[in-house]
Parts: sequence; structure tokens; C-alpha cells
Amino acid sequence: MHGLMNRAVERFARDTYGDAFWTSVTDEAGLAFTTFEAMLPYERDITDRVVNALANGLGKRREEVLEDIGTYLVASPKTDGLRRLLRFGGTDFVEFLNSLDELPARVRLAVPDLPMPQLEMREEDAETFSLVIRPQTGTEGLFGPVFLGLLRAMADDYGALVFLDSNPASSGADVIDVRLLDIDFAEARAFELGVQTG
Amino acid sequence: MKDGMETQTPLTRMLDVLCPWYIVVDGNGCIHRAGKSVLKLTEGRPLVGTPLGDFLDLRRPKAVKGMDGLLANRGRKLHFVTRAAPHTELKGVIASLPDGALPGVENCAVLSLAFGISVMDAVNDYALSGTDFAVTDLTVEMLYLIEAKTAVMQELHHLNTRLESAKIEAEERALTDTLTGLGNRRALRIATTQLKTRGNGFAMMHIDLDHFKAVNDTFGHAAGDAVLLQVSDRLRAATRPEDTVVRQGGDEFTLLLPGVMEHSAVSTLAERLVHEIEKPVVFGDQDLHVSASIGISITCDIADADVEVMMEEADTALYVVKEQGRHGYRIYTPEMGRMDGNETAA
Repeated sequence: MHGLMNRAVERFARDTYGDAFWTSVTDEAGLAFTTFEAMLPYERDITDRVVNALANGLGKRREEVLEDIGTYLVASPKTDGLRRLLRFGGTDFVEFLNSLDELPARVRLAVPDLPMPQLEMREEDAETFSLVIRPQTGTEGLFGPVFLGLLRAMADDYGALVFLDSNPASSGADVIDVRLLDIDFAEARAFELGVQTG
Repeated sequence: MKDGMETQTPLTRMLDVLCPWYIVVDGNGCIHRAGKSVLKLTEGRPLVGTPLGDFLDLRRPKAVKGMDGLLANRGRKLHFVTRAAPHTELKGVIASLPDGALPGVENCAVLSLAFGISVMDAVNDYALSGTDFAVTDLTVEMLYLIEAKTAVMQELHHLNTRLESAKIEAEERALTDTLTGLGNRRALRIATTQLKTRGNGFAMMHIDLDHFKAVNDTFGHAAGDAVLLQVSDRLRAATRPEDTVVRQGGDEFTLLLPGVMEHSAVSTLAERLVHEIEKPVVFGDQDLHVSASIGISITCDIADADVEVMMEEADTALYVVKEQGRHGYRIYTPEMGRMDGNETAA
């Protein structure tokens, strides 16, 4: 699996639960190292082993942990890069939802070998959407929960009040139902197009 | 009156949506209306009614005079720079409006502007947002791409740095000196420990090249490296397979000679080594000359074979050779120890 994904899991675990806990996770997962390189490829099953060890260590279900990772990636100031890249998708939450179809293509522009799932945003009516996530072979069961956490955090970021519900669909796909309750519920977090330097 | 409010027409409303970076210029070259995004470039200074030339300086094509000149270049690529700092570069294209397109204004033209490659600076300088660009404008995608690629490049840069330190660490853990292929400090430590465990007596020689710095300074580092390689080969050739030959770093070498404890045998070898090292090294069309100072420590009684002590003894003997005018060898004697130390020169 791509190092960027393993690195995301690592940063989540280190930032949220500390370095000692992370070391115990890598031990349980049977890794000979404790730091992932974002730009190196890893064996496919390593991500599964690490996520399972993480869930064991926390006494949570695997899906809960993955959802927490999705939230962390957007909400943590330490990983602001991803939040910013997602905010480029649109100026409000609905535009953002509608930009998710092209997210895999956007990601490919920057990191061509990241195994992004195929995304399809269905717009039932102005307030009801559903996101269909079809993972690539070998990445089943990972992206659905991560996107649930990620959408939750992005709604907060845009200041939108939403109700999210996740349903596993047939053939390994995940479906996240999005009900938009109030698009201007709260103040959105700041987003400048320009990169802040210094 | 707010800029442009009084001049909204169906046409300008359309322009606001399709190309927010537009300016309507009248027949006299004055700004009749500017899109709301354009107004961000003036920090609130009104544009309507002012000459276009006060706001934008046309850089290319050159020698274009007045509105007629500008219109003569309609459809062509125009290069502007804002008159006010930070002198943002803009590209543009101008097209005439048909008479009557804007009620009460004659000979109007629409100038459409874009940032081109300077967009990153402009976005920062004027705090532009996604809504400042037309929906079909690829600027936001371009900014996304710049940011994503920068993040990836940073990661790769960090990876390179980490790989570099891992390489250095691996080199430290290795037993071989990368330049000469001789053993390194670590190899020396291991060899001395083995000798100690086996209980063999041995001689230790510290060899320091004389005039090496002069060769390096005069002929360059490649010449210096050539000398080190030649000296290494000669040391290897002059020693037995069971001896350990180590480059300590720089121009310092150490030899461990197990079972060699006779002063005569050690002296013969030391003389031979000085002689070998003094032979010229051919480098291109140059003959390079160095010599050697050798300090020696011998142990016969293994109970005294403290490696640290032997190192110090060999160093002391080497220091004596250097003091006495270099190129030669000395075997350590306890008398040297008494004179060693405080007055050591650089």
C-alpha cells in the first residue's frame, strides 16, 4: 500500500495516543520499523495489520478507528495540507460534495500511484446526497469509514450541519448518505487560496 | 456611489458571470465599468471614470498609442503591468462592443484580463478567493496543483535527507573505508578486541603521512585521493594477510601486526614502509611526494595489552618522530611517556 496512507495512520496514532502507544502497535503488527515513509511503497497487507493492531490496542472496532483517522486528517492542524487540498473542491459544502467525483483525478495529478477508490456523488434532491465509494482491489473496507470521518470533518470546516449515515453496499462498495440540514449553520474555517508562508 | 453599481446592464451582468476579470473601456480610453474581481487589484480605489492607462501600463505590444492603438490590436495577446505596486503582470485581450450594446456609451470595448504564470503571487498579494474566478477558469485547479506538487516535493526532499543520513549511518556501521577499501576505525576496534581475547602479543603502528596537506593544497583533492590509494596498496603489499591495515581517517593509518614483538623485525618493517611510502605517486604528468612518520607500540606481555594504552603509546612515539623532523619511525619507550603531554605542539 502507498506509504502516504500508512503514514496517515501513523501520524493519527502518534498525535492522538502518543509515541509509546504507536510503538506497541507496530510491535503487534509485526513491523521491523516504527516510521513509515510517505513516498515509499509498502506491502499491501501492512496497512491492514497496522489498522487491526491499532483497533485492538484501542479496544475499538476497525471501522471506528478508520473513521477517526478520516476526521483527524481534516481537523488536525498538523495535517492542514489535506484539508486545504479538499477545500479547493468548492466554495461551499454542496460544491465540495459535487467536486468529490473528480477527487480521484485530482489526487492522481499529485500522487499518481495512490490507490484511490472510484467516487460517485448522487444528488437525490437539493438536501439529499449519497456518495458511492468503489475501492480498488486490495483496498476493500478501508476508504468507506475514512470518507465518513472525512466528510464529517469537512462539513464542520465549511460550517454546514449535516446528518451522515454509512451503509455497506453490495460488491465491496460503500455508500454514505448525506442529509444537508443547514449549509450555513456555523462560521466556516478560514481558507485562503494562497499558501501562507512563514 | 459604489463602483459600477450605476452601470449594471444585462451585458455587464453576463460578463460578471462569464469573465469576472473584465474592464469595459469607453471610446476615450476611460474605464466605464470593472468586474468586481478587478476592483480587488486597486485596494478599494475606484476605477470607473479614470483612464485605463492610469491603472494598467501596456508593456507589449510596444508603441501602442491611445484607445485607437489598443483597438487596432484587438484579438491579440496584450501584456500589462499594474501601475501600483506590486506591479502585477497581467495578460489580456480586447474586443469592441457593437454600438448600442451599452446605452449611452459609444465606441466601447471589453478588455478581459488573466494572471497567467504570475497567478500564485497575485492570489497572495490580493487575497483572492475561489469566487473571484469564473467557474470555467482553471486557475483554482492550477493553484491546487501547485500546492499538491509542492507538498509531494517536500515529502520527497525529506525522504532524500533521511536516506542520506541512513547512508551515513550505514557507512559508520560498515567496516570498510569507502575510499581505500582498507579497514576503518570500527574494523580496528574489532581486530584489537579479537587479539586481546586470543591472548596474542602484537605490534601497533600509527602511520601519519608527511607533506600530505601540501599535496592536497597544491594539486587538489583528486591528487590527495590518488596518494591515499597508492599508500594503501603499498601498505597492503608490505604486510601479511593476518595483519590488519586500517585508515583511521584523513592521512592516518594504523597497522596491527599479531605475533610481531621483536624490535628488530618491527624496525625492518617500519623502515621498509617509510621507504615504500616515499616512492613517488604518479598522478597525471605529476610525481607526488609524501613521506611517513611512524609511531610503534609493542606488547609482549598480554596482561599489559590494554588497547587504549597501546594507542596512546603509539601516538606518543609518533609525536616524537614528528618532533624530530618527521619521516622516520620510533618504538615507544617509557621515557617518552615522561616527556609527553604538556608541551605537545599542534
